[in-house]
Amino acid sequence: MSLALENLAVHLGARTLLADMSFRLENGATLGIVGESGSGKSLLVLAIIGLLPEGMRAEGRVLLDGEDLLALPESALCHRRGARIGMIFQEPSTALNPAMRIGEQIAEGLIWHRRIDAAAARAESLRLLDHVRMPDAARRFAFYPHELSGGQRQRVGIAIALAPGPELLIADEPTTALDVTVESEILDLLAELVAEARMSLILISHDLGIIAGMTERCLVMYAGTRFEEGPTERILSKPLNPYTSGLLAALPERAPAAGERRARRLAGIPGNVPSAGRLSPGCRFADRCAMAIAACRPAEPAWRALEPGHGVRCIRAEALL
Amino acid sequence: MLRLLLGRLGSFIVTLLAASVVIFILLDILPGDPAAILLGTSARPDTLAALHHQLGLDRPLILQYLAWIGGALTGDLGTSITYGVPVSGLIADRLALTLPLALLAILISTSLALLLGVTAAAHRDRAIDRAVQGFAQLGIAVPDFWIGLLLILLFSTGLNWFSAGGWSGWSAGAGKALAGLILPAIALALPQAGVLTRVTRAAVLDVLAEDFIRTARAKGLDRHTALWRHALPNALLPVVTILGLQVSFLVAGAVLVENVFSLPGLGRLAYLALSQRDLIVLRNVVMLLAAMVILANFIVDLVYLILDPRLRARS
Amino acid sequence: MSAAALESPRRRPPALIAGGAITAAFILLALLSRIWTPESPIRIHIALRLKPPLAAGLLGTDPFGRDVLSMLMAGTWTSLSTAFLAVALGLLLGVALGTAAAALRGRFEEAAMRSADVIFAFPALITAIMVTNIFGPGQATAVTAIGVFIIPVFARVARASALQVWARDYCLAARAAGKGRLAISLEHVIPNIAGTLLVQATIQLALAILIEAGLSFLGLGLPPPTPSWGRMLNDAQTFLDSAPWLAVAPGIAIALAVLGFNLLGDGLRDLFDPRRDRAT
Repeated sequence: MSLALENLAVHLGARTLLADMSFRLENGATLGIVGESGSGKSLLVLAIIGLLPEGMRAEGRVLLDGEDLLALPESALCHRRGARIGMIFQEPSTALNPAMRIGEQIAEGLIWHRRIDAAAARAESLRLLDHVRMPDAARRFAFYPHELSGGQRQRVGIAIALAPGPELLIADEPTTALDVTVESEILDLLAELVAEARMSLILISHDLGIIAGMTERCLVMYAGTRFEEGPTERILSKPLNPYTSGLLAALPERAPAAGERRARRLAGIPGNVPSAGRLSPGCRFADRCAMAIAACRPAEPAWRALEPGHGVRCIRAEALL
Repeated sequence: MLRLLLGRLGSFIVTLLAASVVIFILLDILPGDPAAILLGTSARPDTLAALHHQLGLDRPLILQYLAWIGGALTGDLGTSITYGVPVSGLIADRLALTLPLALLAILISTSLALLLGVTAAAHRDRAIDRAVQGFAQLGIAVPDFWIGLLLILLFSTGLNWFSAGGWSGWSAGAGKALAGLILPAIALALPQAGVLTRVTRAAVLDVLAEDFIRTARAKGLDRHTALWRHALPNALLPVVTILGLQVSFLVAGAVLVENVFSLPGLGRLAYLALSQRDLIVLRNVVMLLAAMVILANFIVDLVYLILDPRLRARS
Repeated sequence: MSAAALESPRRRPPALIAGGAITAAFILLALLSRIWTPESPIRIHIALRLKPPLAAGLLGTDPFGRDVLSMLMAGTWTSLSTAFLAVALGLLLGVALGTAAAALRGRFEEAAMRSADVIFAFPALITAIMVTNIFGPGQATAVTAIGVFIIPVFARVARASALQVWARDYCLAARAAGKGRLAISLEHVIPNIAGTLLVQATIQLALAILIEAGLSFLGLGLPPPTPSWGRMLNDAQTFLDSAPWLAVAPGIAIALAVLGFNLLGDGLRDLFDPRRDRAT
């Protein structure tokens, strides 16, 4: 399985909400996408599976095993969604049909793609529910979503995504809406299932800690475009982009650093994320950047690979090497 | 769940009783002496007293009320002043027309509304959507009895397909009976369809914006399947609510439409009873019509529990 | 996020303009009919009976030789005046009931809403039948029957909107400062729900016109010779074969008036709450 995005952009009328998004994902790889709210992370994955909201259009190429998804008719896309790309969404409380039993919702994907009969689908769904470690799966199989806790609902969401056996799993902030205690359970489950089925994974989060624990490579987004991409470990230890540095600096520390009596104050990045489609010329981050210079203003910096496998959109990246 | 059902049932009965009290007050107490109204101001005192006794008007009001309610529970609704036959028989005959008529109208209007409303929502802001919305607005604005008149004009006077009035009754065969109900049912159904179409469209649009529709699409379901299998069942709740509220208008419409088509139904009976001052028939027919509305709302409450699993309390 | 949420919230109000125009036209027509109509709407001319349109008068004559156009104009006053009075009745009593329910809560609220439910069980037509039995047909009967039927709608809407206002901080603060519930209701609640009530009133006006037509059709409205659209249709029914045109114009008048008020109501609703991604 290989996924390659080439200059993917998303427009709403005259406004550009997402621009110049490119990356490659090979078989079994894990990619984390980091960004604040408004960075366009969710739009990106919706564009990949072709479920952009009404009125938005995508440009560029999304190549799944060489086939451009953006050029496919809707009927062909329906065959690929679910069967080849599975998605898990952020809000488990609203992601499930409140009027349908959860067992049915899992089985539906199986019947739709694999055309097996209801009894076989039911058996397989039950097995899946158990596999995502739903406590007392046999009994809960007939439950309605509102009878489950948030963590349990997310397990159902995972089961639904895994049912047709996709090669690529996209998880859009799967634990943001969950309690911290449940969060690690769900993330562990996800990691195990992905490794076990040898799926590729795209994990979206605003939480660098989660990205650090789950992904090999990482892509940092800001205000609708990519700012940095590279090995996760490298990006988190030595970012080549002032925005990424700012994100890392804003992480709270549990213990004071060596030589300090108490933990330093939380650093923030001053200013606000510019709203989509209303960007001034030049680097999107320039107004908030501590390292901005005059040359950052006239035109948006182009994406460049500073090291093999590590790209940035910043003219001052060398200063951070 | 059981407690919920019992609560609703209790509510239903209380509302029925309250309505019966209102009817009794409005029809039997306020207008004054029914016997005097019937016989006129020049009636002789002994004829008046005889009629009083015959109608049971010499008893205390509360006893008259209880006699009525008690009789209703056992199936004895008194005797019609005008026709001289048991009211229960009269009502049963008329009900055999009005009930199928109402149900037919609901069937037509709901099917039409669901079809048009879902289609309009699926093609939002496009030509078909605007056409449906326009149709809905017109449907709401047009009086049902006028549609009836136009239908008679078109089909009877003009094309001579259907007879202009009267009804064959069920004994002449179900097909012929239903044929006699089609035009009146359409007249009743069109304004209702207008209202329900708007509600359906709004409800489906609301549901389509929900996250679980996105989950269904992400699973690989096409637009059509996601719409009819996931969106519509969740959109039914507001539709059912409005349908319940519409029964009130359906009952009123039945009175009007039955008069237009000269159908021997409950509505026409109510009207005739009023013009003939047949209070015994009037009292019972009005009670029945009100009961139909109250019952419809009760059924709506029950249907809620089926449609929305969240409303059922699981222990 | 939806695409609609990213767009400007202001939308063109075709409903408001169209509805406003139609409504204004009818109101003007109603007022005009009080001082002038082409012919007298009530004087009988047997010689001119059942003439088709343009043979005598623009829209023909009815079974009694009366000019249809003039009757339509006069009927406008009948319909609109009855509707306005009925809605005024329903609004005053309904809003009083609903705001009181929202202010007092508890048993009173339950009792009030239950009563509203019972009232709602009686279609206006049925109430009209019962009230006619007491008072005989006439405008008072029609206004009472329709007005009473409308009370529950205003009670529910007023209560629901009032509850939202009560939950706001300045109401809580006023309560805490000891201000009476009646004073708060009058000073804060009512002004804030006025917009919603106006929208509802417009829609109920449309409904009232429709119901009045039905009542007149059955002879439960204003008695002859006062012209009314509903009764014109009743007269037309007897002569459906010989004078089909009689059945057309009054129906169009009713439909147009109802449509106008409905569009106006929709337009006002959009005006007062444009932020909502409106699906209706």
